[in-house]
Amino acid sequence: MGRKLLLANDHIEGISKLDVYRKHGGYASLEKALKTMTPDQVVEEVKASGLRGRGGAGFPTGMKWGFIAKPAGVARYLVCNADESEPGTFKDRYLMERIPHLLIEGMITSSFALGARTSFIYIRGEYFYVARILEQAIAEAYEAGLLGKNILNSGFDHDCYVQVGAGAYICGEETALIESLEGKRGNPRIKPPFPAIAGLYGCPTVVNNVETIAAVVPIIKDGGAAYAAIGVGKSTGTKLISASGHINKPGVYEIELGVPVEEFIYSDQYCGGIRNGKKLKAVVAGGSSVPILPGDLILKTAAGEPRLMTYESLADGGFASGTMLGSGGFIVMDEDTSIVKNLWNFSRFYHHESCGQCSPCREGTGWMEKILHKILDGNGTLADVDLLWDIQSKIEGKTICPLGDAAAWPVASAIRHFRSEFEEYVRNGKSIKDVKHYFRLNQLAGA
Amino acid sequence: MSDQKEYKFSDEAMATAKRIIGRYPEGKQKSALIPLLHLAQAEFDGWLSPGAMDCVSSLLQIQPIEAYEVASFYSMFNLKPVGKCVIEVCRTSSCWLLGAEDIVRHIEKKLNIHVGETSTDGMFTLKTVECLGSCGTAPMLQCGGDYYENLTFEKVDSLLDKMKSEGKRRVYTKDDMINI
Repeated sequence: MGRKLLLANDHIEGISKLDVYRKHGGYASLEKALKTMTPDQVVEEVKASGLRGRGGAGFPTGMKWGFIAKPAGVARYLVCNADESEPGTFKDRYLMERIPHLLIEGMITSSFALGARTSFIYIRGEYFYVARILEQAIAEAYEAGLLGKNILNSGFDHDCYVQVGAGAYICGEETALIESLEGKRGNPRIKPPFPAIAGLYGCPTVVNNVETIAAVVPIIKDGGAAYAAIGVGKSTGTKLISASGHINKPGVYEIELGVPVEEFIYSDQYCGGIRNGKKLKAVVAGGSSVPILPGDLILKTAAGEPRLMTYESLADGGFASGTMLGSGGFIVMDEDTSIVKNLWNFSRFYHHESCGQCSPCREGTGWMEKILHKILDGNGTLADVDLLWDIQSKIEGKTICPLGDAAAWPVASAIRHFRSEFEEYVRNGKSIKDVKHYFRLNQLAGA
Repeated sequence: MSDQKEYKFSDEAMATAKRIIGRYPEGKQKSALIPLLHLAQAEFDGWLSPGAMDCVSSLLQIQPIEAYEVASFYSMFNLKPVGKCVIEVCRTSSCWLLGAEDIVRHIEKKLNIHVGETSTDGMFTLKTVECLGSCGTAPMLQCGGDYYENLTFEKVDSLLDKMKSEGKRRVYTKDDMINI
């Protein structure tokens, strides 16, 4: 256990530079693809690997690539989604900052498979300094003949550009991202048509997450079968997990899919347990959008089986008792955390980030935030808790893009698993209103 | 909607703008809008006045409204004047769990301003922003493209003191933009 495919070399000094990256086997996958494989063979390897989209949706990457339309004389595009904005997720930033060439190599290799002459890395504007690192890496790649015309004498031409966003969570949704890349507001498009048919500039386009594209490199290097041999069932390969919150060792961990959740939280190899000797209260396992689970349900399924870090095991029990792997944004909360206040923080976020296109999301997210504020202020009633439930159920599934679902699921799961805490606020709200649910002042003051 | 000031990119910024515009296929130059609005913000005192946006829209040969509607959608574009240092404190999720509210209150007290305001000396503007992907090093703030992580009150104090004594603008300097 513990094999690393993406971050195996992240500790090597200077690995962000082309010469060091190449010295450690970098660009061997690209060379293998360009010199010994056809584009379709690259697609087949990715299909065989079982790789699933690492941005959150978990859709099989090879299948997504297989959907791309190939009308003659029409440009095709690969767009890398580096808009990492899901609260609790910071793995792509780490990967791009440490090993930018892994992403660039993945971009060129994937573009070869898709027949894309041009690709864009759409990176959130706040990651400005990371964009500069990518720009430097791209400049090095051009100079070494790894980008531009006739790459490695293969006859394949490719240009890769970095495009900065300007602050909008919604641009992580692939059609909103394409709109933004076309210089517009980030309003998601109605689908169909899907980007594989009509994406950037109306041309066939594949949008993949940073980690997904990076994973293509080890898949081509060792073959899809070797990648698929890692993991459990349909959760193949490795996954970057962004661990944060009340744990001893926050950070980005590359895990083999299938690590038990309990081991991930408590082992010194990963999170190192809960800070300050506190008890585990709850976990948001895959970024703020996925259902929150209480400690007992994140460690074991409702059937009493140990929960594993896989797409299937985390989802075991459906939304009644399960959650999702999502983006791998693993947020741990200790026993002092107020679930109601945390939910208000999330709901405020979704209200702020709703693009405003669909009424259920535009109006509903604001309504939920206000009700939670009212409850936290000690003015809530039991009917307000039912109203919250009602509103979230009327947002879910009724919007153009999944932001509506993402806003609804945290509310539904918090009420489902922690209803008594909402009732406690309703009954005693005025007296607990000013009590801090966390006591970090000493830490912040350096004590 | 233009004010008295003349908005014109410097030669250096114009060269950057042209290089960016050249990336896109013929007829798709509007794709350069967001990068160019960043560039304009860096050129014209850290914010986008109508005149600054008009400068971009005329360069891209698009209607002024196309620039306004985009600038108003994205949180990184400032539509009113800001201080030399825009302090953006992450308020979401893990940062919040680990004390972001206290960091914000501490800065408010120290600078004697509320969130959204600019200090009377024009040095600081305080903003709260959504998750900046620094959850493993929470709490954090961003200023002028740089990340300041694992904050404590003491770290915040020395950071603000340093910025004040240096007195320089940290809102998307031109150097940041030139290489993009």
